Amino acid sequence: MHAMTYALEGLGTAPIPPAVQHRPDLAVKAAPPVRAGESPDAQLKLDGVSLSFGGVTALDNVDLAVSRGEIRAIIGPNGAGKSSLINVISGVYRPDRGRVLIGGDSYAQVPTDRLARLGIVRTFQNLALFKGLSVLDNVVAGRAYTVRSTFLGQIARIGTARREEADARERARRILAFLNLEDVADRLAGTLPYGLQKRVELARALVAEPDVLLLDEPMAGMTATEKKEMAGFVRATRGAHGTTVVLIEHDIGVVMELSDRIAVLDYGRKIADGTPEEVRTDQKVIDAYLGVVPENEDGAGI
Amino acid sequence: MASIANDLPVASTHPRWLIPAALLAIAYLVIPFVGTSYLFEAILLPFLALSLAGVGLNLLTGYAGQVSLGSAAFMAVGAFAAYNFNLRVEGLPLVASIVAAGLSAAAIGIVFGLPSLRLKGFYLAVSTLAAQFFVQWALTKFGWFSNNSASGVIDAPPLGVAGIGFDSAAGRYLFALTVVTVLTFLALRLVSSQTGRNFIAVRDNDTAARIIGVPVLRTKLLAFAISSFIIGIAGVLWAFAYLRTVEPAGFNLDRSFQVLFIIIIGGLASIRGAFFGAALIVVFPLVLSRLGAFFLGDIFDSGVRDMSQRIVLGGLIILFLVLEPDGLVALWDRSVRRLGSVFGRS
Repeated sequence: MHAMTYALEGLGTAPIPPAVQHRPDLAVKAAPPVRAGESPDAQLKLDGVSLSFGGVTALDNVDLAVSRGEIRAIIGPNGAGKSSLINVISGVYRPDRGRVLIGGDSYAQVPTDRLARLGIVRTFQNLALFKGLSVLDNVVAGRAYTVRSTFLGQIARIGTARREEADARERARRILAFLNLEDVADRLAGTLPYGLQKRVELARALVAEPDVLLLDEPMAGMTATEKKEMAGFVRATRGAHGTTVVLIEHDIGVVMELSDRIAVLDYGRKIADGTPEEVRTDQKVIDAYLGVVPENEDGAGI
Repeated sequence: MASIANDLPVASTHPRWLIPAALLAIAYLVIPFVGTSYLFEAILLPFLALSLAGVGLNLLTGYAGQVSLGSAAFMAVGAFAAYNFNLRVEGLPLVASIVAAGLSAAAIGIVFGLPSLRLKGFYLAVSTLAAQFFVQWALTKFGWFSNNSASGVIDAPPLGVAGIGFDSAAGRYLFALTVVTVLTFLALRLVSSQTGRNFIAVRDNDTAARIIGVPVLRTKLLAFAISSFIIGIAGVLWAFAYLRTVEPAGFNLDRSFQVLFIIIIGGLASIRGAFFGAALIVVFPLVLSRLGAFFLGDIFDSGVRDMSQRIVLGGLIILFLVLEPDGLVALWDRSVRRLGSVFGRS
């Protein structure tokens, strides 16, 4: 604890809010029912995943087991391989070695076009909204994987197509209400401020009713208030639907407060994996951060 | 800032169907009785055919984001297919041969849409040129398509549905108007459906589209098929209702560019935009030649007219791309809104 505080003092700010530091219940709350790697009901598992781009190693023999219903953070310095990990899980990248296990099935490359049907959705580090669609239509589009009707039925607006459209709109409206986005439902997504666009992307992910939600820096570039709101939404989603959440986030304070367990990556290797308390006091983690950002004033990169 | 204001809903006191319904009422009940044959032959018929081609290309390029330079090829496929179905299938009603022509164009569209599965943007545009050149070559090379006509030029069959002839100028206008109205209505329904959302999703971010479960490859091919179907039928109107003749040379690369300019000037990803763009493309040369003749007299011969048309049109396209990428439709909506707020205040 003391060592980590020392490590982060070098950043010039106190990224861990006092409220979090002094919460005695934190360690208790964070303790998962089963330890990583031995979990029988690991919903998502990476088994010796390696990935390199040319000569650059992005991921080096990474194992990760995410339990059902937990909020799992992945942290690490810039370039540690966090986004690559999410891209491997969502099938955007094919790993050089290793397997990804989703539910009971093992994949060398996760089939991206069936990802939503496998119960996994993700958001992107850089916004990936459909700028030419309204906020509502963006969220409705999140139901695309359930569509069975053909374009002819959709033009005629009969039968399956009609039911699907009504159902998707109803669900999208509910998600918009949940995320306080109703007022902007008819705006074009591309015209919203950044923080709201991030939230719309979360809405588009949630409307698919995923088992696993992958969030790639959902709070990057947000104000403290927006971050707090976003963390509240993530927690509420897990609370309401038991959704498993894997998130990449740089704000240590948010991560410590929100996550059940934290995996730390450095140079593509997993150097620590445990409760926030364990990770906070882990010497390797402290070294990784100290070695990378001794002069970093504002905490970016953590 | 302007773009934010743009997408705020227009404060209107009338329902959305009122203006289209009023325009249709005028088009059906007034124009056939007051229009001159010059109005039908030189303005309205090419306007309707090109508008429909614009609607078709806009589905592909404006909505689904797949740039195509092969529109004229699909128009040609439609025109020649309708001619041959009409000629070779005994007793086939005209409407059936038009639908069959659209389906033929859709099939060819899918074939030439296959490169879109691997190519994007500029590279895809170049690959659609293959359709343009291949179709024109095939139609010229194999006499069967034009029923072995020596000149390659063939006459369109008489237009008739259920025994009623539509061969007068006004009749051909009504026939084209009906076809365009029906297909435009269907296109409007399409773009507000899940398939329309898939088109835009693929255009705006194909990785995100794939991740949320949009079948990206199928959506691209579907866009090519539907777009080519509509453009093919536009080709039938162009040949059967407007020109009354069918020849491959009429569907050259210039025509493809013309359709592309229509949607750029009118407004990408807007069904209305195709009509605005087509109106400008059809009316503008007529206005220009009148004005030229009025101000310059004899100096303004046909050579000067053609050249000045190209120059002014080229300038217009550059202006639109720079100043109003959303096209005439955005310009129109903004003017209407300003007028509305002026009247609202007074």
